[in-house]
Amino acid sequence: MANLKTVSKKSKAQSMGMHTEVLTGRTQQKFFNPDEAENFYYFGTYDVDFNKRTELDVKDMTAPEANKEIDNLMSQGYGTIVIKNPQGKHSLGVGILNKLNLIFEGSLGYFGMGSCDGPIVRINGRVGWSCAENLMAGKVVIEKNAGSCFGAAIRGGDLICKGSVGARTGIDMKGGTIIIGGDAGAFTGFMMQRGRIIILGDVGINLGDSMYDGTIFVGGEIGSYGSDAVDSELTSSDQDWLKRKLKVAEIGENFDVSKMKKIVAGKKLWNYDNLEPTEKKGAI
Amino acid sequence: MCGIAGLIHRGKSSNVGSELQGMLQALKHRGEDSTGYALYGDTDGKNFIMRFKVGENVGEGSSSVMEDVSVYDQRKKIVDETLAEMGAKIVKEERTLPYSLRYEIDYNVKDLLEFSQRIESIPGVEILSMGKSLEVIKDLGNAKMVCDRYSLDKIVGTHAIGHARMATESGVDIKSAHPFWGYPFSDVSVVHNGQLTNYWNNRRVLENKGMRFMSECDSELIAVYLAEKMRDGATLEEGMKASLTGLDGVFTYFVATKDSLGMAKDTMAAKPLVLYESDDLVAMGSEEIAIRSVLPQEIDTYDPFDGEVKVWQI
Repeated sequence: MANLKTVSKKSKAQSMGMHTEVLTGRTQQKFFNPDEAENFYYFGTYDVDFNKRTELDVKDMTAPEANKEIDNLMSQGYGTIVIKNPQGKHSLGVGILNKLNLIFEGSLGYFGMGSCDGPIVRINGRVGWSCAENLMAGKVVIEKNAGSCFGAAIRGGDLICKGSVGARTGIDMKGGTIIIGGDAGAFTGFMMQRGRIIILGDVGINLGDSMYDGTIFVGGEIGSYGSDAVDSELTSSDQDWLKRKLKVAEIGENFDVSKMKKIVAGKKLWNYDNLEPTEKKGAI
Repeated sequence: MCGIAGLIHRGKSSNVGSELQGMLQALKHRGEDSTGYALYGDTDGKNFIMRFKVGENVGEGSSSVMEDVSVYDQRKKIVDETLAEMGAKIVKEERTLPYSLRYEIDYNVKDLLEFSQRIESIPGVEILSMGKSLEVIKDLGNAKMVCDRYSLDKIVGTHAIGHARMATESGVDIKSAHPFWGYPFSDVSVVHNGQLTNYWNNRRVLENKGMRFMSECDSELIAVYLAEKMRDGATLEEGMKASLTGLDGVFTYFVATKDSLGMAKDTMAAKPLVLYESDDLVAMGSEEIAIRSVLPQEIDTYDPFDGEVKVWQI
Protein backbone atom coordinates (compact mmCIF):
# COMPACT_ATOMS: atom_id res chain seq x y z
CA MET A 1 0.00 0.00 0.00
CA ALA A 2 1.35 3.37 -0.97
CA ASN A 3 2.32 5.60 1.92
CA LEU A 4 1.00 8.94 0.82
CA LYS A 5 2.70 10.73 3.69
CA THR A 6 6.06 10.08 2.07
CA VAL A 7 5.11 11.67 -1.26
CA SER A 8 6.95 14.95 -1.22
CA LYS A 9 6.87 16.11 -4.84
CA LYS A 10 3.85 16.88 -6.87
CA SER A 11 2.83 14.00 -9.08
CA LYS A 12 1.92 14.55 -12.69
CA ALA A 13 -1.71 14.08 -11.81
CA GLN A 14 -1.45 16.87 -9.26
CA SER A 15 0.30 19.18 -11.71
CA MET A 16 -2.64 18.74 -14.06
CA GLY A 17 -5.05 19.71 -11.34
CA MET A 18 -6.66 16.29 -11.03
CA HIS A 19 -6.16 16.65 -7.34
CA THR A 20 -4.00 18.98 -5.32
CA GLU A 21 -4.57 18.21 -1.70
CA VAL A 22 -2.07 16.14 0.26
CA LEU A 23 -3.87 13.24 1.83
CA THR A 24 -3.06 12.47 5.43
CA GLY A 25 -4.39 10.04 7.97
CA ARG A 26 -5.42 6.44 7.46
CA THR A 27 -6.96 5.42 4.18
CA GLN A 28 -9.89 3.07 3.96
CA GLN A 29 -9.05 2.28 0.35
CA LYS A 30 -8.43 -1.35 -0.56
CA PHE A 31 -6.01 -1.68 -3.43
CA PHE A 32 -6.59 -4.16 -6.22
CA ASN A 33 -4.49 -7.28 -6.09
CA PRO A 34 -4.49 -9.30 -9.34
CA ASP A 35 -3.61 -12.46 -7.43
CA GLU A 36 -6.92 -12.21 -5.59
CA ALA A 37 -8.98 -11.28 -8.66
CA GLU A 38 -10.60 -14.68 -8.89
CA ASN A 39 -12.05 -14.16 -5.43
CA PHE A 40 -13.92 -11.02 -6.49
CA TYR A 41 -17.52 -11.37 -7.47
CA TYR A 42 -19.56 -8.49 -8.80
CA PHE A 43 -23.24 -8.96 -8.16
CA GLY A 44 -25.42 -8.85 -11.24
CA THR A 45 -22.71 -9.11 -13.89
CA TYR A 46 -22.68 -11.42 -16.87
CA ASP A 47 -20.14 -12.66 -19.34
CA VAL A 48 -21.28 -11.04 -22.57
CA ASP A 49 -20.06 -11.17 -26.17
CA PHE A 50 -19.88 -7.81 -27.97
CA ASN A 51 -20.40 -9.61 -31.29
CA LYS A 52 -23.71 -11.01 -30.10
CA ARG A 53 -26.18 -8.27 -31.06
CA THR A 54 -29.90 -7.75 -30.59
CA GLU A 55 -32.56 -5.05 -30.73
CA LEU A 56 -35.16 -4.12 -28.13
CA ASP A 57 -38.21 -1.96 -28.88
CA VAL A 58 -39.27 -0.23 -25.65
CA LYS A 59 -42.14 1.80 -27.13
CA ASP A 60 -44.78 -0.01 -25.11
CA MET A 61 -42.63 -0.80 -22.08
CA THR A 62 -42.29 1.01 -18.78
CA ALA A 63 -38.77 1.89 -17.66
CA PRO A 64 -38.57 -0.99 -15.13
CA GLU A 65 -39.76 -3.44 -17.79
CA ALA A 66 -37.20 -2.15 -20.29
CA ASN A 67 -34.37 -2.27 -17.75
CA LYS A 68 -35.28 -5.80 -16.69
CA GLU A 69 -35.28 -6.88 -20.32
CA ILE A 70 -31.82 -5.36 -20.86
CA ASP A 71 -30.64 -7.35 -17.84
CA ASN A 72 -32.29 -10.46 -19.24
CA LEU A 73 -30.56 -10.01 -22.61
CA MET A 74 -27.19 -9.56 -20.89
CA SER A 75 -27.81 -12.79 -18.97
CA GLN A 76 -28.20 -14.48 -22.36
CA GLY A 77 -24.77 -13.19 -23.39
CA TYR A 78 -25.81 -10.30 -25.62
CA GLY A 79 -23.00 -7.75 -25.57
CA THR A 80 -24.48 -5.27 -28.04
CA ILE A 81 -28.05 -4.12 -27.51
CA VAL A 82 -29.84 -1.52 -29.63
CA ILE A 83 -32.80 0.16 -27.92
CA LYS A 84 -35.54 1.33 -30.29
CA ASN A 85 -38.15 4.02 -29.51
CA PRO A 86 -37.00 5.22 -26.07
CA GLN A 87 -39.22 8.29 -26.70
CA GLY A 88 -37.94 10.37 -23.80
CA LYS A 89 -38.79 7.83 -21.12
CA HIS A 90 -37.18 8.35 -17.72
CA SER A 91 -34.65 6.10 -15.98
CA LEU A 92 -33.74 3.93 -18.95
CA GLY A 93 -30.51 1.96 -18.73
CA VAL A 94 -29.94 2.55 -15.02
CA GLY A 95 -27.84 0.34 -12.79
CA ILE A 96 -25.89 -1.55 -15.47
CA LEU A 97 -22.81 -2.93 -13.69
CA ASN A 98 -21.50 -4.77 -16.69
CA LYS A 99 -19.43 -4.38 -19.80
CA LEU A 100 -21.95 -3.78 -22.55
CA ASN A 101 -22.26 -1.95 -25.85
CA LEU A 102 -25.60 -0.16 -25.54
CA ILE A 103 -27.09 2.03 -28.27
CA PHE A 104 -30.25 4.13 -27.90
CA GLU A 105 -31.96 5.04 -31.18
CA GLY A 106 -33.64 8.16 -29.79
CA SER A 107 -33.84 10.38 -26.74
CA LEU A 108 -33.97 9.66 -23.01
CA GLY A 109 -35.81 11.50 -20.25
CA TYR A 110 -34.58 12.06 -16.71
CA PHE A 111 -31.95 9.92 -14.94
CA GLY A 112 -30.94 7.97 -18.04
CA MET A 113 -27.93 5.67 -17.51
CA GLY A 114 -27.79 6.48 -13.80
CA SER A 115 -25.58 4.52 -11.39
CA CYS A 116 -23.79 2.56 -14.09
CA ASP A 117 -20.40 0.91 -13.90
CA GLY A 118 -18.74 -0.18 -17.12
CA PRO A 119 -21.01 0.03 -20.19
CA ILE A 120 -20.16 1.84 -23.41
CA VAL A 121 -23.28 3.78 -24.36
CA ARG A 122 -24.23 5.86 -27.40
CA ILE A 123 -27.45 7.86 -27.34
CA ASN A 124 -28.48 9.09 -30.79
CA GLY A 125 -30.73 11.76 -29.36
CA ARG A 126 -31.10 14.06 -26.39
CA VAL A 127 -31.08 13.32 -22.66
CA GLY A 128 -33.03 14.97 -19.85
CA TRP A 129 -31.91 15.94 -16.36
CA SER A 130 -29.26 14.01 -14.42
CA CYS A 131 -27.96 11.81 -17.21
CA ALA A 132 -25.37 9.25 -16.05
CA GLU A 133 -25.64 10.36 -12.43
CA ASN A 134 -23.12 8.48 -10.25
CA LEU A 135 -21.36 6.91 -13.24
CA MET A 136 -18.49 4.79 -11.91
CA ALA A 137 -16.80 3.70 -15.13
CA GLY A 138 -17.49 3.33 -18.83
CA LYS A 139 -18.34 5.81 -21.53
CA VAL A 140 -21.60 7.56 -22.38
CA VAL A 141 -21.85 9.60 -25.60
CA ILE A 142 -24.86 11.83 -26.34
CA GLU A 143 -25.19 12.97 -29.93
CA LYS A 144 -27.53 15.92 -29.23
CA ASN A 145 -28.24 18.16 -26.21
CA ALA A 146 -28.52 17.33 -22.53
CA GLY A 147 -30.54 18.75 -19.65
CA SER A 148 -29.38 20.05 -16.30
CA CYS A 149 -27.30 18.18 -13.69
CA PHE A 150 -25.49 16.34 -16.47
CA GLY A 151 -23.03 13.91 -14.88
CA ALA A 152 -24.05 14.75 -11.33
CA ALA A 153 -21.76 13.10 -8.77
CA ILE A 154 -19.94 10.88 -11.27
CA ARG A 155 -16.97 8.99 -9.85
CA GLY A 156 -15.32 7.91 -13.07
CA GLY A 157 -15.72 7.21 -16.75
CA ASP A 158 -16.17 9.54 -19.69
CA LEU A 159 -19.39 11.43 -20.26
CA ILE A 160 -19.59 13.21 -23.60
CA CYS A 161 -22.32 15.49 -24.93
CA LYS A 162 -21.82 16.69 -28.49
CA GLY A 163 -24.46 19.41 -28.14
CA SER A 164 -25.17 21.87 -25.33
CA VAL A 165 -26.05 21.11 -21.72
CA GLY A 166 -28.19 22.81 -19.07
CA ALA A 167 -27.26 24.10 -15.63
CA ARG A 168 -25.15 22.47 -12.88
CA THR A 169 -23.20 20.16 -15.15
CA GLY A 170 -20.84 18.02 -13.08
CA ILE A 171 -22.39 19.09 -9.80
CA ASP A 172 -20.71 17.25 -6.93
CA MET A 173 -18.59 15.16 -9.31
CA LYS A 174 -15.88 13.14 -7.66
CA GLY A 175 -13.93 11.88 -10.62
CA GLY A 176 -14.13 11.06 -14.31
CA THR A 177 -14.31 13.40 -17.27
CA ILE A 178 -17.19 15.35 -18.75
CA ILE A 179 -16.79 16.76 -22.26
CA ILE A 180 -19.26 19.24 -23.77
CA GLY A 181 -19.11 20.09 -27.47
CA GLY A 182 -21.44 23.10 -27.23
CA ASP A 183 -22.36 25.53 -24.46
CA ALA A 184 -23.04 24.86 -20.78
CA GLY A 185 -25.44 26.63 -18.40
CA ALA A 186 -25.11 28.26 -14.99
CA PHE A 187 -23.29 26.73 -12.03
CA THR A 188 -21.24 24.32 -14.12
CA GLY A 189 -18.94 22.36 -11.81
CA PHE A 190 -20.89 23.44 -8.73
CA MET A 191 -19.27 21.88 -5.65
CA MET A 192 -17.19 19.49 -7.76
CA GLN A 193 -14.65 17.60 -5.75
CA ARG A 194 -12.46 15.96 -8.33
CA GLY A 195 -12.36 15.07 -12.00
CA ARG A 196 -12.32 17.26 -15.09
CA ILE A 197 -14.86 19.12 -17.20
CA ILE A 198 -14.10 20.28 -20.75
CA ILE A 199 -16.45 22.78 -22.41
CA LEU A 200 -15.65 23.82 -25.96
CA GLY A 201 -18.33 26.51 -26.12
CA ASP A 202 -19.48 29.24 -23.75
CA VAL A 203 -20.45 28.68 -20.15
CA GLY A 204 -22.99 30.52 -17.96
CA ILE A 205 -22.73 32.34 -14.68
CA ASN A 206 -21.10 31.07 -11.47
CA LEU A 207 -18.71 28.64 -13.10
CA GLY A 208 -17.11 26.30 -10.57
CA ASP A 209 -19.00 27.78 -7.65
CA SER A 210 -17.68 26.39 -4.35
CA MET A 211 -15.60 23.76 -6.11
CA TYR A 212 -13.46 21.79 -3.75
CA ASP A 213 -11.00 20.46 -6.27
CA GLY A 214 -10.79 19.26 -9.86
CA THR A 215 -10.31 21.20 -13.07
CA ILE A 216 -12.55 22.90 -15.62
CA PHE A 217 -11.36 23.76 -19.12
CA VAL A 218 -13.39 26.29 -21.12
CA GLY A 219 -12.94 27.10 -24.81
CA GLY A 220 -15.48 29.94 -25.10
CA GLU A 221 -16.70 32.82 -22.99
CA ILE A 222 -17.35 32.54 -19.25
CA GLY A 223 -20.52 34.22 -17.89
CA SER A 224 -18.94 34.71 -14.47
CA TYR A 225 -16.80 32.85 -11.98
CA GLY A 226 -18.40 31.26 -8.98
CA SER A 227 -17.24 31.66 -5.43
CA ASP A 228 -13.65 30.43 -5.02
CA ALA A 229 -13.15 29.49 -8.70
CA VAL A 230 -9.92 30.93 -10.05
CA ASP A 231 -7.85 30.84 -13.23
CA SER A 232 -4.83 28.62 -13.42
CA GLU A 233 -1.97 28.21 -15.89
CA LEU A 234 -2.66 25.89 -18.81
CA THR A 235 0.40 23.65 -18.91
CA SER A 236 1.77 21.65 -21.82
CA SER A 237 0.64 18.49 -19.98
CA ASP A 238 -2.87 19.89 -19.94
CA GLN A 239 -2.78 20.61 -23.66
CA ASP A 240 -1.50 17.12 -24.49
CA TRP A 241 -4.20 15.57 -22.39
CA LEU A 242 -6.92 17.78 -23.88
CA LYS A 243 -5.90 16.91 -27.46
CA ARG A 244 -5.91 13.23 -26.69
CA LYS A 245 -9.18 13.33 -24.84
CA LEU A 246 -10.99 15.30 -27.55
CA LYS A 247 -9.69 12.95 -30.21
CA VAL A 248 -10.97 9.94 -28.33
CA ALA A 249 -14.29 11.72 -27.72
CA GLU A 250 -14.65 12.37 -31.46
CA ILE A 251 -15.41 16.05 -30.98
CA GLY A 252 -13.30 19.16 -31.40
CA GLU A 253 -10.41 17.22 -32.83
CA ASN A 254 -9.10 20.39 -34.49
CA PHE A 255 -9.97 22.65 -31.58
CA ASP A 256 -7.17 25.02 -30.57
CA VAL A 257 -6.68 23.84 -27.00
CA SER A 258 -3.87 26.32 -26.37
CA LYS A 259 -6.47 29.10 -26.03
CA MET A 260 -8.57 27.28 -23.48
CA LYS A 261 -8.97 28.66 -19.97
CA LYS A 262 -8.21 26.48 -16.99
CA ILE A 263 -10.22 26.99 -13.82
CA VAL A 264 -9.44 25.42 -10.46
CA ALA A 265 -10.45 25.89 -6.82
CA GLY A 266 -8.94 28.89 -5.06
CA LYS A 267 -9.29 26.93 -1.80
CA LYS A 268 -10.20 30.01 0.18
CA LEU A 269 -13.42 28.35 1.19
CA TRP A 270 -11.69 25.31 2.60
CA ASN A 271 -12.44 25.06 6.26
CA TYR A 272 -10.75 21.89 7.30
CA ASP A 273 -7.99 21.14 9.75
CA ASN A 274 -5.99 18.08 10.58
CA LEU A 275 -8.21 16.92 13.40
CA GLU A 276 -10.31 13.83 12.90
CA PRO A 277 -14.03 14.45 13.57
CA THR A 278 -13.94 12.63 16.92
CA GLU A 279 -10.93 14.61 18.05
CA LYS A 280 -12.55 17.80 16.89
CA LYS A 281 -15.69 17.01 18.84
CA GLY A 282 -13.57 16.44 21.94
CA ALA A 283 -11.78 19.73 21.43
CA ILE A 284 -15.10 21.57 21.27
CA MET B 1 -43.09 19.70 -7.86
CA CYS B 2 -45.53 20.73 -10.56
CA GLY B 3 -45.57 20.25 -14.30
CA ILE B 4 -46.22 22.86 -16.96
CA ALA B 5 -46.77 22.50 -20.67
CA GLY B 6 -47.55 24.77 -23.57
CA LEU B 7 -47.72 24.84 -27.33
CA ILE B 8 -48.35 27.32 -30.09
CA HIS B 9 -49.22 26.59 -33.70
CA ARG B 10 -47.94 29.25 -36.03
CA GLY B 11 -50.11 30.06 -38.98
CA LYS B 12 -52.78 27.44 -38.36
CA SER B 13 -55.23 26.07 -35.81
CA SER B 14 -55.28 22.64 -34.26
CA ASN B 15 -57.06 20.60 -31.63
CA VAL B 16 -55.23 22.32 -28.76
CA GLY B 17 -57.58 20.96 -26.10
CA SER B 18 -56.75 17.38 -26.92
CA GLU B 19 -53.05 18.11 -27.47
CA LEU B 20 -52.64 19.87 -24.14
CA GLN B 21 -54.54 17.12 -22.37
CA GLY B 22 -52.00 14.60 -23.71
CA MET B 23 -49.08 16.78 -22.64
CA LEU B 24 -50.39 17.35 -19.12
CA GLN B 25 -51.42 13.74 -18.63
CA ALA B 26 -47.82 12.75 -19.45
CA LEU B 27 -46.77 14.99 -16.54
CA LYS B 28 -49.33 13.74 -14.04
CA HIS B 29 -46.61 12.17 -11.89
CA ARG B 30 -45.47 15.73 -11.14
CA GLY B 31 -48.75 16.43 -9.40
CA GLU B 32 -52.42 15.71 -9.84
CA ASP B 33 -53.98 17.68 -7.02
CA SER B 34 -55.42 19.91 -9.70
CA THR B 35 -54.98 20.53 -13.41
CA GLY B 36 -55.64 23.67 -15.37
CA TYR B 37 -55.93 24.63 -19.01
CA ALA B 38 -55.66 28.05 -20.68
CA LEU B 39 -56.97 27.48 -24.19
CA TYR B 40 -56.96 30.08 -26.94
CA GLY B 41 -59.77 28.92 -29.15
CA ASP B 42 -60.91 30.02 -32.56
CA THR B 43 -63.73 32.54 -32.13
CA ASP B 44 -65.25 35.33 -34.19
CA GLY B 45 -63.78 37.80 -31.69
CA LYS B 46 -67.06 39.66 -31.19
CA ASN B 47 -68.01 38.58 -27.69
CA PHE B 48 -66.14 38.17 -24.43
CA ILE B 49 -65.92 34.69 -23.00
CA MET B 50 -66.11 34.72 -19.22
CA ARG B 51 -65.26 31.57 -17.31
CA PHE B 52 -66.15 31.93 -13.64
CA LYS B 53 -66.95 29.91 -10.59
CA VAL B 54 -69.58 30.39 -7.93
CA GLY B 55 -68.18 27.78 -5.57
CA GLU B 56 -65.44 25.23 -5.08
CA ASN B 57 -65.05 21.56 -5.90
CA VAL B 58 -65.41 19.84 -2.55
CA GLY B 59 -64.42 16.41 -3.80
CA GLU B 60 -61.84 14.10 -2.30
CA GLY B 61 -58.67 15.91 -1.25
CA SER B 62 -60.22 19.36 -1.47
CA SER B 63 -59.47 21.91 1.23
CA SER B 64 -62.72 23.77 0.52
CA VAL B 65 -65.86 24.01 2.61
CA MET B 66 -69.01 22.20 1.44
CA GLU B 67 -71.83 24.49 0.29
CA ASP B 68 -75.32 23.72 -0.90
CA VAL B 69 -76.09 24.02 -4.61
CA SER B 70 -78.78 26.53 -3.75
CA VAL B 71 -75.98 28.88 -2.61
CA TYR B 72 -74.39 28.55 -6.07
CA ASP B 73 -77.75 29.27 -7.69
CA GLN B 74 -78.15 32.42 -5.62
CA ARG B 75 -74.68 33.66 -6.57
CA LYS B 76 -75.33 32.97 -10.25
CA LYS B 77 -78.55 34.96 -10.03
CA ILE B 78 -76.68 37.95 -8.57
CA VAL B 79 -74.03 37.69 -11.31
CA ASP B 80 -76.76 37.75 -13.96
CA GLU B 81 -78.37 40.80 -12.37
CA THR B 82 -75.02 42.61 -12.08
CA LEU B 83 -74.23 41.94 -15.73
CA ALA B 84 -77.60 43.36 -16.73
CA GLU B 85 -76.98 46.46 -14.61
CA MET B 86 -73.63 47.00 -16.40
CA GLY B 87 -75.23 46.63 -19.82
CA ALA B 88 -73.54 43.31 -20.54
CA LYS B 89 -75.77 40.98 -22.52
CA ILE B 90 -75.43 37.23 -22.03
CA VAL B 91 -75.37 35.75 -25.53
CA LYS B 92 -74.71 32.14 -24.53
CA GLU B 93 -74.71 30.42 -21.16
CA GLU B 94 -73.25 27.05 -20.18
CA ARG B 95 -73.23 25.58 -16.71
CA THR B 96 -70.82 22.67 -16.99
CA LEU B 97 -70.86 21.91 -13.28
CA PRO B 98 -72.96 23.39 -10.45
CA TYR B 99 -70.05 25.67 -9.48
CA SER B 100 -68.49 26.32 -12.89
CA LEU B 101 -69.97 28.48 -15.65
CA ARG B 102 -69.12 29.80 -19.08
CA TYR B 103 -70.79 32.91 -20.46
CA GLU B 104 -70.44 34.55 -23.83
CA ILE B 105 -71.07 38.23 -23.24
CA ASP B 106 -71.79 41.10 -25.57
CA TYR B 107 -70.02 43.92 -23.76
CA ASN B 108 -68.26 46.81 -25.46
CA VAL B 109 -65.96 48.18 -22.78
CA LYS B 110 -62.21 47.82 -23.07
CA ASP B 111 -61.35 48.44 -19.42
CA LEU B 112 -62.25 45.27 -17.60
CA LEU B 113 -61.11 46.51 -14.19
CA GLU B 114 -64.42 47.97 -13.09
CA PHE B 115 -66.31 45.09 -14.67
CA SER B 116 -64.22 42.48 -12.84
CA GLN B 117 -64.40 44.32 -9.54
CA ARG B 118 -68.19 44.44 -9.73
CA ILE B 119 -68.53 40.74 -10.50
CA GLU B 120 -65.96 39.64 -7.92
CA SER B 121 -67.51 41.81 -5.23
CA ILE B 122 -70.20 39.13 -5.09
CA PRO B 123 -69.10 36.79 -2.26
CA GLY B 124 -67.92 33.39 -3.50
CA VAL B 125 -67.62 34.46 -7.14
CA GLU B 126 -64.31 34.48 -8.99
CA ILE B 127 -63.64 35.14 -12.65
CA LEU B 128 -61.25 32.48 -13.90
CA SER B 129 -60.71 34.20 -17.23
CA MET B 130 -62.02 36.95 -19.42
CA GLY B 131 -61.15 37.41 -23.04
CA LYS B 132 -62.14 37.21 -26.68
CA SER B 133 -60.23 33.96 -27.14
CA LEU B 134 -58.92 32.78 -23.75
CA GLU B 135 -60.74 30.22 -21.65
CA VAL B 136 -59.25 29.10 -18.34
CA ILE B 137 -60.59 25.79 -17.10
CA LYS B 138 -59.19 24.37 -13.88
CA ASP B 139 -60.38 21.84 -11.37
CA LEU B 140 -59.22 19.11 -9.03
CA GLY B 141 -57.79 15.90 -10.48
CA ASN B 142 -55.42 14.98 -13.28
CA ALA B 143 -55.49 16.23 -16.85
CA LYS B 144 -57.74 13.53 -18.24
CA MET B 145 -60.26 13.88 -15.43
CA VAL B 146 -60.54 17.65 -15.95
CA CYS B 147 -60.60 17.29 -19.74
CA ASP B 148 -63.42 14.72 -19.58
CA ARG B 149 -65.36 16.74 -17.00
CA TYR B 150 -65.34 19.88 -19.18
CA SER B 151 -65.23 18.22 -22.65
CA LEU B 152 -62.07 20.09 -23.60
CA ASP B 153 -60.77 17.58 -26.13
CA LYS B 154 -62.76 19.14 -28.96
CA ILE B 155 -61.58 22.72 -28.52
CA VAL B 156 -59.75 24.00 -31.61
CA GLY B 157 -57.39 26.94 -31.42
CA THR B 158 -53.90 28.27 -31.96
CA HIS B 159 -52.16 27.94 -28.61
CA ALA B 160 -52.54 26.77 -25.03
CA ILE B 161 -50.74 26.51 -21.72
CA GLY B 162 -51.49 24.21 -18.82
CA HIS B 163 -50.45 23.09 -15.38
CA ALA B 164 -50.44 19.86 -13.37
CA ARG B 165 -50.25 20.85 -9.72
CA MET B 166 -48.84 19.32 -6.61
CA ALA B 167 -50.08 21.67 -3.90
CA THR B 168 -47.26 22.70 -1.56
CA GLU B 169 -47.71 26.33 -0.54
CA SER B 170 -51.47 26.70 -0.55
CA GLY B 171 -54.70 24.74 -0.51
CA VAL B 172 -56.07 22.06 -2.79
CA ASP B 173 -58.83 24.08 -4.41
CA ILE B 174 -59.72 25.70 -7.70
CA LYS B 175 -58.77 29.22 -6.61
CA SER B 176 -55.16 28.12 -5.98
CA ALA B 177 -54.95 26.10 -9.18
CA HIS B 178 -53.18 27.37 -12.27
CA PRO B 179 -53.43 28.96 -14.82
CA PHE B 180 -53.98 32.41 -13.43
CA TRP B 181 -55.72 35.07 -15.42
CA GLY B 182 -53.71 38.31 -15.84
CA TYR B 183 -56.47 40.35 -14.21
CA PRO B 184 -57.80 42.71 -15.49
CA PHE B 185 -56.22 42.25 -18.91
CA SER B 186 -58.19 40.44 -21.55
CA ASP B 187 -56.73 37.14 -22.78
CA VAL B 188 -53.62 37.01 -20.51
CA SER B 189 -52.82 33.81 -18.58
CA VAL B 190 -49.87 32.41 -16.63
CA VAL B 191 -48.67 29.01 -15.39
CA HIS B 192 -45.68 28.53 -13.12
CA ASN B 193 -43.44 25.80 -11.79
CA GLY B 194 -41.33 26.80 -8.81
CA GLN B 195 -41.47 28.84 -5.64
CA LEU B 196 -41.34 32.60 -5.19
CA THR B 197 -39.68 33.76 -2.01
CA ASN B 198 -40.57 37.46 -2.11
CA TYR B 199 -44.28 36.86 -2.63
CA TRP B 200 -45.56 38.85 0.35
CA ASN B 201 -43.28 41.83 -0.22
CA ASN B 202 -44.36 42.05 -3.85
CA ARG B 203 -48.00 41.42 -2.99
CA ARG B 204 -48.09 44.29 -0.50
CA VAL B 205 -46.57 46.66 -3.06
CA LEU B 206 -48.92 45.57 -5.84
CA GLU B 207 -52.02 45.68 -3.67
CA ASN B 208 -51.12 49.24 -2.71
CA LYS B 209 -51.11 49.97 -6.44
CA GLY B 210 -54.64 48.63 -6.78
CA MET B 211 -53.88 45.15 -8.10
CA ARG B 212 -56.05 42.20 -7.00
CA PHE B 213 -55.09 38.81 -5.58
CA MET B 214 -57.66 36.04 -5.29
CA SER B 215 -55.55 33.32 -3.65
CA GLU B 216 -52.47 32.93 -1.49
CA CYS B 217 -50.71 30.92 -4.16
CA ASP B 218 -47.29 32.45 -4.90
CA SER B 219 -47.71 31.75 -8.62
CA GLU B 220 -50.57 34.24 -8.86
CA LEU B 221 -47.96 36.92 -8.20
CA ILE B 222 -46.48 36.37 -11.67
CA ALA B 223 -49.77 37.10 -13.41
CA VAL B 224 -50.38 40.19 -11.26
CA TYR B 225 -46.76 41.34 -11.62
CA LEU B 226 -46.89 41.14 -15.43
CA ALA B 227 -50.33 42.74 -15.55
CA GLU B 228 -49.07 45.68 -13.51
CA LYS B 229 -46.05 46.10 -15.82
CA MET B 230 -48.29 46.08 -18.87
CA ARG B 231 -50.68 48.51 -17.21
CA ASP B 232 -47.71 50.87 -16.94
CA GLY B 233 -47.00 50.54 -20.66
CA ALA B 234 -44.44 47.75 -20.81
CA THR B 235 -44.68 45.09 -23.49
CA LEU B 236 -45.16 41.50 -22.44
CA GLU B 237 -41.52 40.69 -23.16
CA GLU B 238 -40.30 43.74 -21.22
CA GLY B 239 -42.42 42.70 -18.26
CA MET B 240 -41.07 39.18 -18.40
CA LYS B 241 -37.47 40.41 -18.50
CA ALA B 242 -38.13 42.65 -15.51
CA SER B 243 -39.52 39.66 -13.63
CA LEU B 244 -36.13 37.93 -13.72
CA THR B 245 -34.89 40.36 -11.09
CA GLY B 246 -38.22 41.52 -9.65
CA LEU B 247 -39.22 38.04 -8.62
CA ASP B 248 -37.02 36.15 -6.20
CA GLY B 249 -36.90 32.38 -5.97
CA VAL B 250 -36.89 29.59 -8.49
CA PHE B 251 -39.24 29.55 -11.41
CA THR B 252 -40.01 28.58 -14.93
CA TYR B 253 -43.22 30.14 -16.15
CA PHE B 254 -45.27 30.46 -19.32
CA VAL B 255 -47.44 33.41 -20.19
CA ALA B 256 -49.87 33.61 -23.07
CA THR B 257 -51.81 36.42 -24.69
CA LYS B 258 -54.35 36.41 -27.51
CA ASP B 259 -51.65 36.06 -30.15
CA SER B 260 -48.44 35.07 -28.36
CA LEU B 261 -46.80 32.60 -26.02
CA GLY B 262 -43.75 33.28 -23.85
CA MET B 263 -41.46 31.52 -21.41
CA ALA B 264 -39.09 32.76 -18.71
CA LYS B 265 -36.57 30.90 -16.61
CA ASP B 266 -34.94 32.17 -13.43
CA THR B 267 -31.28 33.09 -13.22
CA MET B 268 -30.32 29.86 -11.45
CA ALA B 269 -32.14 27.63 -13.96
CA ALA B 270 -33.41 25.64 -11.01
CA LYS B 271 -36.62 24.47 -12.64
CA PRO B 272 -36.77 22.25 -15.68
CA LEU B 273 -37.94 23.10 -19.16
CA VAL B 274 -37.52 21.27 -22.45
CA LEU B 275 -38.29 23.11 -25.63
CA TYR B 276 -39.01 22.11 -29.22
CA GLU B 277 -39.14 24.83 -31.84
CA SER B 278 -39.92 24.65 -35.55
CA ASP B 279 -41.38 27.03 -38.13
CA ASP B 280 -44.95 25.89 -37.54
CA LEU B 281 -44.96 24.63 -33.95
CA VAL B 282 -43.39 25.42 -30.58
CA ALA B 283 -44.00 22.88 -27.83
CA MET B 284 -42.51 22.95 -24.35
CA GLY B 285 -42.90 21.25 -21.04
CA SER B 286 -41.26 20.35 -17.76
CA GLU B 287 -40.19 17.05 -19.27
CA GLU B 288 -39.63 15.79 -22.79
CA ILE B 289 -42.33 13.17 -22.46
CA ALA B 290 -44.89 15.98 -22.54
CA ILE B 291 -43.65 17.03 -25.96
CA ARG B 292 -43.52 13.40 -27.08
CA SER B 293 -47.24 13.10 -26.58
CA VAL B 294 -47.76 15.44 -29.57
CA LEU B 295 -44.53 14.68 -31.43
CA PRO B 296 -43.71 10.99 -30.99
CA GLN B 297 -41.12 10.98 -33.76
CA GLU B 298 -37.45 11.72 -33.10
CA ILE B 299 -37.04 15.50 -32.72
CA ASP B 300 -34.40 18.01 -31.62
CA THR B 301 -35.12 19.58 -28.25
CA TYR B 302 -33.09 21.66 -25.82
CA ASP B 303 -33.13 23.19 -22.35
CA PRO B 304 -33.29 27.00 -22.36
CA PHE B 305 -30.49 28.51 -20.27
CA ASP B 306 -30.72 30.49 -17.04
CA GLY B 307 -32.33 33.91 -17.27
CA GLU B 308 -33.75 33.22 -20.71
CA VAL B 309 -36.94 34.86 -21.97
CA LYS B 310 -38.58 33.90 -25.26
CA VAL B 311 -41.82 35.00 -26.91
CA TRP B 312 -43.44 33.50 -30.01
CA GLN B 313 -46.30 34.87 -32.10
CA ILE B 314 -49.04 32.78 -33.72
